[in-house]
Amino acid sequence: MAEGGGAGPILVAEGLAKAFGGPRVVDGVSFALQRGAITGLIGPNGAGKTTLFNLVAASLRPDAGALHLDGAPIHGLRPDQVFGLGLGRTFQIPRPFPAMTVLENVMLAPQHQQGERFWANWIRPGAVAAEEKRNRARAMHWLDFVGLARLAQEPARVLSGGQRKLLELARVLVAEPRLILLDEPGAGVAPPLLEIIMQKIVALNQAGTSFLIVEHNMDLIAALCRPVMVMAQGRLLMQGTPDEVRGDTRVIEAYLGIEAA
Amino acid sequence: MELIPALSYLAFFLVFAGIFAVMALGLNLQWGFTGLFNVGVAGFVAVGAYASALLTGPPEPDRLGGFGLPVLVGWIGAMVASGIAAFIVGVAALRLREDYLAITTFGIAVVIQLVALNAQAITGGPFGIQSIPKPFADALGAGLAWNLTYLGLVVLVLGVAWWALDRLVASPWGRVLRAIREDELAAASLGKRAAAFRLQSFVLGCMLMGLGGALYAHFVGYIAPEDFLPVLTFQVWAMLIVGGSGRNAGAVLGAVLVWAIWSVSGGLIRGLLPAAEQARGAALQVVLIGVLIAAILVLRPRGVLGERATVSRHAAGD
Repeated sequence: MAEGGGAGPILVAEGLAKAFGGPRVVDGVSFALQRGAITGLIGPNGAGKTTLFNLVAASLRPDAGALHLDGAPIHGLRPDQVFGLGLGRTFQIPRPFPAMTVLENVMLAPQHQQGERFWANWIRPGAVAAEEKRNRARAMHWLDFVGLARLAQEPARVLSGGQRKLLELARVLVAEPRLILLDEPGAGVAPPLLEIIMQKIVALNQAGTSFLIVEHNMDLIAALCRPVMVMAQGRLLMQGTPDEVRGDTRVIEAYLGIEAA
Repeated sequence: MELIPALSYLAFFLVFAGIFAVMALGLNLQWGFTGLFNVGVAGFVAVGAYASALLTGPPEPDRLGGFGLPVLVGWIGAMVASGIAAFIVGVAALRLREDYLAITTFGIAVVIQLVALNAQAITGGPFGIQSIPKPFADALGAGLAWNLTYLGLVVLVLGVAWWALDRLVASPWGRVLRAIREDELAAASLGKRAAAFRLQSFVLGCMLMGLGGALYAHFVGYIAPEDFLPVLTFQVWAMLIVGGSGRNAGAVLGAVLVWAIWSVSGGLIRGLLPAAEQARGAALQVVLIGVLIAAILVLRPRGVLGERATVSRHAAGD
């Protein structure tokens, strides 16, 4: 186990701030993600959710603040580095590699593949082949888990929107991350597939994976997320259970755009 | 029927086609598999040609070298030298998007050519480097036997390069390259450092170009700065586009086809035009190749052979 792999929070953010040449879109946000929890992040449009998400995923660099994953600082790292440390993400609009097969999409993701060192393919082809065989089995396991195994040899471009989300999930899972960030897993997904996605998230969470989910679909949030964080105007407004959040006047005001009394 | 001269010319033609094929394979790795728009091919060919000439040539009082080393050492040195040049250029330029990378590499190739022209103490300046050793020429003379022997060497080098690239493009390494080419952001989100892979591809491709330059130098026996003008870059690009980028077979077929058209048209121009018009006639060759590229892009946009979807060998269907 990694250091700090016990009971402490899996991710701690302190004073995160980001501006794009204007007012701060994320303005001093601090929170801790509990290990083993599915944390939701909601808020009205323009609240800064996506920016916060991208800060945590290292797609953006914070202007100020600190991020620690299992106690290790990750602010200032590149996206490829934080993935290597066990923080996986999906995209709001899925980004499969369309010309690659579904299987290859997933086989790409395992970390530290020796076959990714070009010379290994010349001088140690046997070791690369053995590793590929293992990775192929792992990839098929996770494709089977998300129900895409029968499409393994199809190019990813043939997948529907919901299937692409499942492929992204499998692609992240094969690297066995400790924390997965999901950007609107329910957006644009047909209800039957959404049901499958939610089941998979629950199953993974029961196996120990922590999640942070940005989502507009309150049914999904209510079904999965404990706790829920609410953002408005670049700040964290509150945190609580889905019911607490829905009953909170500040949250209602933020969504309806009414000035607080 | 004059068989010997015809065979000799055929061998001569195929040696050149093979040398171009080595360069086109390097460019195919960069463009076909990585999407790097390198318009500085001639510069990296020049680095390899000069490196090998300096390493293997006889000592010259007026300039650096030669060091009289074996030809094989010269070829390896050519790859090392162009690899180092590509590394320096790549670290600086690969952060740029496609069009800027093209301008940058084009400029670098022009600079390398100008250095070759002016750094007399190293490159011999406009006079170039003469008496570059021809392997096995002592034993075989300069006739058909030597041409065929050198053709064998070129085919051997081409075969090794093909094998090495074939191992790579269908490997996990090649899979990362394809992923980066398709969606760099998604590849980064899966832990792949795009900059490192692009740099590797760029350096490996340029090493093949440098090796092509060395093969050229030891076949012709002398090199001069005008051998490495931008038209060389244009030729290699034409070969890749005509043959079909993204496939090694396309790069090799394109090299043979375009070099055949280039040679035949050059011969026709020399034969048909009066002496006074020869220089202007030579420009027709470039026009002809340009028309060929335009026709290919209209009729078969992916080249004669077309691109085949690459699947890494261990992920292919059963």
